[in-house]
This record gives sequence, C-alpha cells and structure tokens, in this order.
Amino acid sequence: MALDLSDFDKALLAGMQGEAAAFCMRLLVRFADAVGAERFIDIEAAHIDGCLYLGQVSLDFVEHLVRHKGRVRVPTTLNVGSVDLIHPELFIGEAQIGTGGARLMRAHEDLGCFSTFTCAPYQTLFRPRFGAQIAWAESNAIVFANSVIGARTNRYGDFIDLCCAMTGRAPLYGLHLAENRRAQVLVEIESLPEEWQDAGPVCVAVGHTIGKRCGSLIPAIVGLPGHAQEDDLKALGAVAASSGAVALFHAVGLTPEAPTVEAAFQGQAPVETIRLTADDLRRTVRDLSTVPDGTPLTGVSFGTPHFSFQEFTRLMPLLEGARPIVDIYINTHRGVLDQLAACGWDRVLTAAGITLVIDTCTYVTAIMRDMSGAIMTNSGKMAYYAPGNIGVEIAFGSLADCMASARAGKVVWL
Amino acid sequence: MSGDAKKHIATLLAPGFAEASPFVLAEPLSFWGGLDSATGRIIDRWHPQKDAIITGRILLMTAGRGSSSGSSVLAEAIRLGKGPAGIVLLSRDAIVTVGAMVAAELYGIACPVVMAREEDWAEISSASRLTLQASGDAAFILLP
Repeated sequence: MALDLSDFDKALLAGMQGEAAAFCMRLLVRFADAVGAERFIDIEAAHIDGCLYLGQVSLDFVEHLVRHKGRVRVPTTLNVGSVDLIHPELFIGEAQIGTGGARLMRAHEDLGCFSTFTCAPYQTLFRPRFGAQIAWAESNAIVFANSVIGARTNRYGDFIDLCCAMTGRAPLYGLHLAENRRAQVLVEIESLPEEWQDAGPVCVAVGHTIGKRCGSLIPAIVGLPGHAQEDDLKALGAVAASSGAVALFHAVGLTPEAPTVEAAFQGQAPVETIRLTADDLRRTVRDLSTVPDGTPLTGVSFGTPHFSFQEFTRLMPLLEGARPIVDIYINTHRGVLDQLAACGWDRVLTAAGITLVIDTCTYVTAIMRDMSGAIMTNSGKMAYYAPGNIGVEIAFGSLADCMASARAGKVVWL
Repeated sequence: MSGDAKKHIATLLAPGFAEASPFVLAEPLSFWGGLDSATGRIIDRWHPQKDAIITGRILLMTAGRGSSSGSSVLAEAIRLGKGPAGIVLLSRDAIVTVGAMVAAELYGIACPVVMAREEDWAEISSASRLTLQASGDAAFILLP
C-alpha cells in the first residue's frame, strides 16, 4: 500500500528535525502500514503511558531519544509512573523497579513532556478541546477524551504514543475519522435500582457490562441518571476499558456527539440492542466484590482513575465523625494537590489519617502497607484489576459505603 | 537456494531474514501476560500451548491479540535472545510490528514480520521449515 507522505513527513524521515524524530517517524511509517493508514495528520497534543517500568526496553527506548537530543513537538502529558516522586518514601516494592521507574519518569521530562504523571490528563490545564485530533495512551484517558470531550484519538500505546509526540503526526485511521465514530450497539437502561441515590455505582455497572458485551464496538447508552456527572462518566469509561476494549461510548443527552439517538448512530441502525434492568445492575455491582459483607478490611483506596477536586468536595463532609480505623489511600495528581493545599484540605486529610498518593496509583505499584485483609474501593477499574495485579481481595461500594466500612474496619454496605 | 524451493509472496511489515522451523499458534496469544520475555515461554494459563517455548522458531499467528504493552514484551524477549526468529501473520497487527521494529532499531536484532496470503496459509503452516526474506518493499516466504 502506498503511504502518502507530506513534505514534512519526508523531512522528518530524512533527519532534518534530528535523529530522534527520524527514528520515531520510521516506527510510525511501519505502524501506519500495519494499521492500514494512507497518510498522517497533525495532532494538537499527546499523552504518554511510558512511565511504568516494564523492563530494560522501556528505559532503552526513551534514553535513546534523550541521547539524540529529542524534544516533543506538541504539548505532551505523562501518565502515572511506578513511584510517587513527591512522596518517594511511600514506595515499598523492589528497588530495581523503584530506581528504574524514577529514571524513566525523569527521562520523559528530559524530552520536554510535562510532569503531570496522571491517568486523568483531562483534569489538567491540558484538557483537549472538542474535535481536537490527539494521540493519547492510557485506556481510561482515551475513552474519556473520545466520549466525554469529543476529542479524537485511537487507542495508542507502547512506543507509538511517544513517536506521535516526537513528530506531531499521527496516522489517519479509526477514530480520527468522523464516520468511524458512530454508535453500533444500543444500550437501553430500562430501570434503575431505587436504593442507589449515587449515580456512581450505576455508571460502574453499565460500564462493566458494555466492556464485557461490546468488546471494541461503540455503544450508545440511553437511560443513565440525568444527574450523572463528569466523574461518573469517567468511572463508566474506565471500567468499560478494563473489562473490554471500549475506546468510545456515547451517552445520549450527556456526551457531545450524542444529543439524540439518531445523531449517535449517524442515522444508521444499531447492529445489536442490549437491555439492562435494575436487577442486572445490582448483580454486576455485587460480582465486582470478591468478598462478602462483614469481611475484615485493611485498607480503602480511592482515585482509580485519579480523584478530581470535585470528588474531594464530595468526600470532605464524609470525614466528619469518628476517625477511620483502617488505612485510606487517595490517588490524585499534582494539579489537584495544589488545589487541596490552597484551601488547607491537604492538612485536614492528613490529620484524618488519609495517605495522599501522587504521580502513581495503588493498583499498579507497591504502596499499600497492609494487604492482609480485603481492600475496599468505589472504583470499578480498581476492583477489576487489583485482584490480579496486586493480589488482594476487593470489596466494591459507593463513596459512603467505603467511608462507613473504613470506620467499622469491615465491609459495610449501607 | 535449492531449485525445489517454493516461494510465496507476502506483505512486508518489519524487515529481516530468518530461517527456522515454524511454530503454529493454535489460538491468538497476547504477549502481555501471555509470554515470559525472560524465557520465551507461553505463560497464558488459558492458552492451549501453555508452557511451549517459541524462542528461535518462526511464529505463525492468524491474528494478534491483547494490550499494546505486548509490544514491550516482544521487544524485551528479542533483546534477551528469547524471542521468535520471525513472525508470519494472516492479518496486519500493529502490536507485533511495533515490538519487532523497536528491537531492530534499538538492538540491531531483526525479527522479520510478514503477512501471508490466505490461500497460502495451509501450505505454509504445515511446512517443516520456513525461510523469511523481507527487505526493501518485498517479502517472500520460502518452503523447502
């Protein structure tokens, strides 16, 4: 297949922007060929998921670019790393992963990437605009950018995310094209559990189901609670991209490319319709927990993906009352930490015995001190991955369930 | 090359030369979580060829599968000398191609990746030995 290269692409390949950019463009040409793209487009921004240490090759790749004096060509944010560079003492894992991980994070900074170290770059100043062509990695960030913002990215990952950042170019295929963004599967929520006031668990249950049942097809969801907020849609996308390969969903009336069902489907008919009842949602949420009611807890973890400032405002009133008797961890990023410090909440949280984890996340690295009992979370993504990734039993509940359980020292569902 | 060799045209995805016995994957394999880069062993407990070693073989796979972190795992296996000698696909796969290209660029170890034609698959996958020639714009799969 003939790849139609622009003059700039050819200049990149010829090394006129330096050897680091030429190296990245060579890889991008192979990648474009493998995905069947015919040309490249300019991107406005990139998000790189290369800061988790997966072996020597992770470091060799980035340090090769640093050695050739490479610089990213577009604003580029960084995903979580293996360590919290603000609180390095929190890391209790293998020394090689700690030092290799820190080196990897620094090497990305040397390329001119911003030290965001967050899986929620959409909560930072670098949030893309509607319609922006971007090259993002990290499954939850990809689905959020496409679905909630209406920016356009494919599921970029290993090496290619950074190649796009270093060249400012991405292959034109998949979700960069409007016609490939239309919904394929209609998901109708017929009834909601009356006892759930919080939209969070509804969104997690729906997200988990669409991941399992839609794979990489694009769903359009009808019937989510009207008061579902951005953080609820964040949770929905994050779990859908864990249990499946969802890169884009439409929520009719809530997300920008789906003002109506017809708009979401671009006038075409659904290939499949999935109907969900309150009982389906209850069952899905129940199955996320690997332990029953009353199980002793040794920790509670919030912020997978990273806790937003808005989520902290929902948490603060729940801190009043008895002090929790198990460890509570909240994963968030530097931008939110600054906001917390500005209103003095960081001190309130620390005084309540809460550990703020910055730059990384409790489900990908060794941070939690005591995992001898179950861990409770309000995150569907954490519940999905933690048993396999870090070998813990998991209880899933709402924010309020988690706080009540932290005080009781055991799993309590309100 | 012997006069008896049969030559099939293929699509070049990553360049290189390899000659080895084929290893036909019975099901797609996610390298991430499915291949141990330090030993070249299949570790996916659900895969029918679990515990088989793919090191030094020409890996035949109808399709790729799984997380993009598979590129890192493949590149790391090639770096350690535990990767396959070459890979023959039946459909384009970006994860496999990128992993092989990164290893070639960083370590100078070529693991050619080519895409075979559907009508050639049965013959290629039952051969005792395969040679992959992939350079320039052209790729060939040679049978003894």
